[in-house]
Amino acid sequence: MGPLVVNEIISENTNLLLAFFIGIGFGFVLEQGGFSSSRKLAGVFYGYDSVVLKVFFTGAITAMLGLLFMSLFGWIDLNLVYVNETFIWSAIIGGVVMGAGFIMGGYCPGTSFCGAAIGKIDAMIFIVGLFLGVFIFAEGYPLWEGLYKAGFMGSPRISEFFNVSEGLFALFVIIAAVLMFWGAEWAEKKFPREEY
Amino acid sequence: MSEIKKSKYMNPYIAGVLLGLVVLAANFISGRSVGASGAIKSAIVAGVETVAPSHAETATFYKEFSQGHKGNPLNSWLVYQMLGVVVGGFLSGVISKRLTWKVEHSPKIQSRTRLIFALAGGVLFGIGSQFGRGCTSGSALSGMAVLSLGGFISMMAIFGTAFALAYFFRKLWI
Repeated sequence: MGPLVVNEIISENTNLLLAFFIGIGFGFVLEQGGFSSSRKLAGVFYGYDSVVLKVFFTGAITAMLGLLFMSLFGWIDLNLVYVNETFIWSAIIGGVVMGAGFIMGGYCPGTSFCGAAIGKIDAMIFIVGLFLGVFIFAEGYPLWEGLYKAGFMGSPRISEFFNVSEGLFALFVIIAAVLMFWGAEWAEKKFPREEY
Repeated sequence: MSEIKKSKYMNPYIAGVLLGLVVLAANFISGRSVGASGAIKSAIVAGVETVAPSHAETATFYKEFSQGHKGNPLNSWLVYQMLGVVVGGFLSGVISKRLTWKVEHSPKIQSRTRLIFALAGGVLFGIGSQFGRGCTSGSALSGMAVLSLGGFISMMAIFGTAFALAYFFRKLWI
């Protein structure tokens, strides 16, 4: 049955229209969760606010479990779902550079659009930076193309990589998340602050 | 009055479940998931193709992009999704009465300092998202949902680095 567009149950144009509605849902949930506030987002790195940790990991687990159950019930063919390609060096370097951008800028790309949508000027400036950054990458591409394409591993699932079943790995993630949530609740009590 | 001004956010665990359902819906409908930086890449390619068409035809980055994407780069799933994100964020702000022009920062610094770092952070995130083939949404969140190895690597690298550097940038936030 799913994914609907890959199985040609809906057309490409319908898919693009639905992308807009999925985006509305995405933006709405991010803003309701508090992701439009840079100080709230940055709070996770100082222990005074762990909304990022809670929303992000609850979201990842919900989607992960949802996909596994839908696959089990035969509602979706996971072989037709896009799995990100892994280029090991580029992934690590990109993540490190993004992490630095996160703590300096206070936003990530998705949340910055949310912040800008409700009038946060720092979010708008962050977006200007994003465009500059992508442009710099594009123009300097010949310099780092080799690095960008090094260490290609295909599209492995992390469960295959560790040679465990998908369900078992999902369980590990849930246990790790619950431990982090527990730590986060503790940290918020220890470093209380007002709501921004 | 203070009752109205106070910004109440949704319970984070409920927001997380809803976020997961959005990712799930995207996978079920489109066989892919949410993202943000990809839409910016499309916009940059479209911009360069319009302003400097001859450069877009010869420079490797733009050539590789157009080999993989037929038609107008702006006519893409992620671009429509990001337009939705702005609308959805705005609607949420209207409903929760959070629409306001504001620069958020620690009381210890000036708005100007905050904006300079916002710009620098944006530039870094823009560059990093290209190396990472997606950002916190497209690589980390979406990747983790489908148990992608790359998604978990992105997540750990992003959050690990931000934690490691947090001490040096504490004046911006606390």
